[in-house]
Amino acid sequence: MTKKIKLTTPLKTKDVKNLQVGDQVELSGKIYTARDSAHKRILNNQLDFDLDGAVIYHCGPLMKKNDGWSVVAAGPTTSTRLSKFIPKLLKKHNVRAMIGKGGLNNQAIESLKEHNSVYLAFPGGCAALAADYIEEVIDVKWLDLGMPEAVWKLKIKDFPTTVAIDTKGNKLYKQNKK
Amino acid sequence: MTDLRKKLAEEASQLIQEAETQLPGWAEQRLKKAYHEEEGVAETQIKNILRNLEIAREKNKPICQDTGLITFYIEVGRDLQIDFSIQDALEQAVKDATGELPMRPSIVNPLTRKNTEDNTGQGVPHIEYQPMEGDEIKLTVLIKGGGSENVARQKMFLPDEANEIPGWVVDMVKEAGAKPCPPIYIGLGIGGGLDISAKLAKKALIKEPNTSKGEIGKMENKILKKVNQLEVGPMGLGGNTTALGVSIETASCHTASLPVALNVQCWATRTATTTIEAPK
Repeated sequence: MTKKIKLTTPLKTKDVKNLQVGDQVELSGKIYTARDSAHKRILNNQLDFDLDGAVIYHCGPLMKKNDGWSVVAAGPTTSTRLSKFIPKLLKKHNVRAMIGKGGLNNQAIESLKEHNSVYLAFPGGCAALAADYIEEVIDVKWLDLGMPEAVWKLKIKDFPTTVAIDTKGNKLYKQNKK
Repeated sequence: MTDLRKKLAEEASQLIQEAETQLPGWAEQRLKKAYHEEEGVAETQIKNILRNLEIAREKNKPICQDTGLITFYIEVGRDLQIDFSIQDALEQAVKDATGELPMRPSIVNPLTRKNTEDNTGQGVPHIEYQPMEGDEIKLTVLIKGGGSENVARQKMFLPDEANEIPGWVVDMVKEAGAKPCPPIYIGLGIGGGLDISAKLAKKALIKEPNTSKGEIGKMENKILKKVNQLEVGPMGLGGNTTALGVSIETASCHTASLPVALNVQCWATRTATTTIEAPK
């Protein structure tokens, strides 16, 4: 049945390899947000940030700038749209987990299997809840892409997720079964 | 600026903020009922949704970061003297609410994709205008995110195919899967023409679902039952709660046609209503 597991980034292969669909994972440490434009740029550029053992959050947050940046709302965006970038992303960078909603296509699931990475679901729309688990905005990259599309480096504590696709390619999503 | 214009803009801005930060009572009740009926992963998803609602309300934050496309349904008393543009007043309300809450700017030019930065634009907010008796204004706002709007569908059925409507809806919900952030609300517009059915399907989402009488009420309940047998579940992760409600609006149509439109709203059914009296 479902297990509760606490993990801290950067993640190692052994941290994610034996996770099973339905497991509850509470994540702490640093994560990066990325949507469509950020994925394109990650694939086509040398990075000045390190994605080794990283967790990428499919999210276009609503931020507020006072003295520094703070998070207003930060729920997940639909990951299915980002599926097409994932095989190349995992080939190039040791990304160990992605957080999003809606699931991934079959090619992306195959690449999760190949590279020992997992897909973690966070309930869509729960933007106020997500913001509550974000302790700090550490940095922002590529703000020229606009607030939702920029890469936000965030510090999270006990961010609650569910393993929706594991490293064996098992998935909780029904509509992909046909 | 007339007093009524000012009051309309202010109350509309507050109404948007209310709808962005809290759900109608019936919607929260349906989520709570689902929470008690689900188990495992589905239970966890709904628990998180309920906690999200508490935080949004306590901290006056948007329920979802996709603060959506705004439609107003406005009924204006015939005895009122309107010497201003209602469109302008409601656009002002959207701009004000965007800055105050704040709300994510999500409205763009359809082709260049350039963001207008204030959630207004050409034809946005959309306003459905209707006259009514009396000297008050009844204003309802409906806010929709992109994910749920993208799975909307329309089909021109043959006149004798009414009994095929529930099956079509079930197929569409199955195809949509996790995309519209289930558990969802289903709005159906039946009759009129292509355009009227689409407007009715969206309008169906502002009322409490499964409250219609007669044949329409039976169809609402039948669709809800069948959709929940799909076991798509909360966020598509499996479970018995794929939809929280079904609502149908109808209009008469041509004897040769049966237009049907389906619109979908995520669990965050952001709608609110207020009545505005003219300042004395």
